[in-house]
Amino acid sequence: MQWKRVVLGPTLVLAASSVAFAGPNPAGGTISGKVTYEGTPAKMKPIDMSKEPSCAKMYTTPPVAETVVAGSGNSLEDVVVYISAGAPDDAAPSTAAVFTQKGCRYIPHVLAFQVNQELKIVNEDQTSHNIHPLPKLNREWNKSQPPGTPAISEKYDKAEFIPVKCNVHPWMHGNFAVMKNSHYGVTADGGAFSLANLPPGKYTVSAWHESYGDQSQEVTISGNETKTVNFVFKAKPY
Amino acid sequence: MRNILSLKFCLAVASTFIVPTGLLAQDQAAPAAKPASHMESHVGNLTGNSDVGRQLYFRYCWGCHGPHGDGNGENAPYLNIQPRNFVAAVFKCRSTPTGTLPTDEDLYNSLKRGFNFTYMPSWIALTAQERANLVAFIKTFSPRWVAEKSGTPIPVPAEPKLTVESIKHGGELFQKLECWKCHGQEGRGDGPSASTLTDSNDQPIRPYNFTYDNRSKCGKTNQDLYKIFMTGLDGTPMPSFADVVKPEDAWDLVHYLRTLQYNNPSPELTLWEGTPEGKAVVAAKRVKETATGSGFKP
Repeated sequence: MQWKRVVLGPTLVLAASSVAFAGPNPAGGTISGKVTYEGTPAKMKPIDMSKEPSCAKMYTTPPVAETVVAGSGNSLEDVVVYISAGAPDDAAPSTAAVFTQKGCRYIPHVLAFQVNQELKIVNEDQTSHNIHPLPKLNREWNKSQPPGTPAISEKYDKAEFIPVKCNVHPWMHGNFAVMKNSHYGVTADGGAFSLANLPPGKYTVSAWHESYGDQSQEVTISGNETKTVNFVFKAKPY
Repeated sequence: MRNILSLKFCLAVASTFIVPTGLLAQDQAAPAAKPASHMESHVGNLTGNSDVGRQLYFRYCWGCHGPHGDGNGENAPYLNIQPRNFVAAVFKCRSTPTGTLPTDEDLYNSLKRGFNFTYMPSWIALTAQERANLVAFIKTFSPRWVAEKSGTPIPVPAEPKLTVESIKHGGELFQKLECWKCHGQEGRGDGPSASTLTDSNDQPIRPYNFTYDNRSKCGKTNQDLYKIFMTGLDGTPMPSFADVVKPEDAWDLVHYLRTLQYNNPSPELTLWEGTPEGKAVVAAKRVKETATGSGFKP
């Protein structure tokens, strides 16, 4: 029964969206808001890069871990906000999502892209990295990327949040967010997000954070309205 | 009877409300793929049958790999290199590129060879047909064997002639590719990152110590060594170098790696020791005495 509902939902919206997108103005509703935290987040530890001098010398003060990045005004960064139900699956865009290794860190720390979208992994460091994503649903691979070698091109065919690590540099840790549709965003300082071009319908908006987990809210959009949805995560002090 | 029926009904109702907590919102819509109940394997001219393999599995394998094939057998908590999880279907020893399923022959060879330095013994005592049946059966644990095909084995070109130059070039690659970060400058498995390594289950794992033996986990031939770093050992920190090392360079690296195994005679080691440079390097590495100082001479 649950399965049927999930399948039917997108089909109805698909019918509606094909009408909405047929016209010259593809504008639809927008869901926007802010992601914040309450409580005191754990203090991030500085990273000791002394074992990798080529990276350590790129920093005047040691960088800190990025498992929780608190922004100004209690905003929470690196949260993926996305439509988890109600929107049809979209075809992947032709542009590649780029994941860069620089200063023995991942930039961005959380990279969101779509199912079957090209993922390009670049090494800008003077040292070898190995890129080792740890998916549960997709294929697990592990590739070496010495300095000066071409970008690695990959794709994922299932939606999933995937932790990424480099085994050579144990402090390197990032995330891939593989999305089903094009309505998603990753929060920066300020915690703001905006999911635009949504045809009228009922949606489930979800917010995912690598340390604080997953939250969802139901939103109904009619016409070109903008609805505000805010997410508040409980910070863990450890 | 009525009681049983109502109990069944209650369970059915309850199960519709149970959502696996590990899965996130966007994953729940995905229909769960199911593994096949029957599988075959093809190894040489043998055809393995999973129905026969099942009986063998529940006699020899389930103590460690578990009744569900997830590596959680009765003995698993006591093993410090954990038994393979056949449900995840991520395998170390493959002839296929990283991220792909191994061939039936790869699994068959693993069973036959066993895994050096682990609790997995060699199953040489079983017949070839029995091993093929077991390979077929372990493929019934994961839906990956239904959804995907085995990868295409990577090409392994014929081994070029062994020369001192190829050993030296292999040594340069060992530096350039930073193999020493984990395996150590002398191949003792003691590089700067060695102590921090974990496998995909967050369990500590050691990089291979070349000086200990000449049998690595995935076989002892030069071809096996070539495949190890060109396919990577999936599920471990060892990555694939297929995209960054040319086949001819790969053979040079194989020749160099053999010279690190200085306690095990090989054509590479003999040639290397025949040069003044190589002789000095190997002699400096060889352990002449034990840690307690009592005279041990190789």
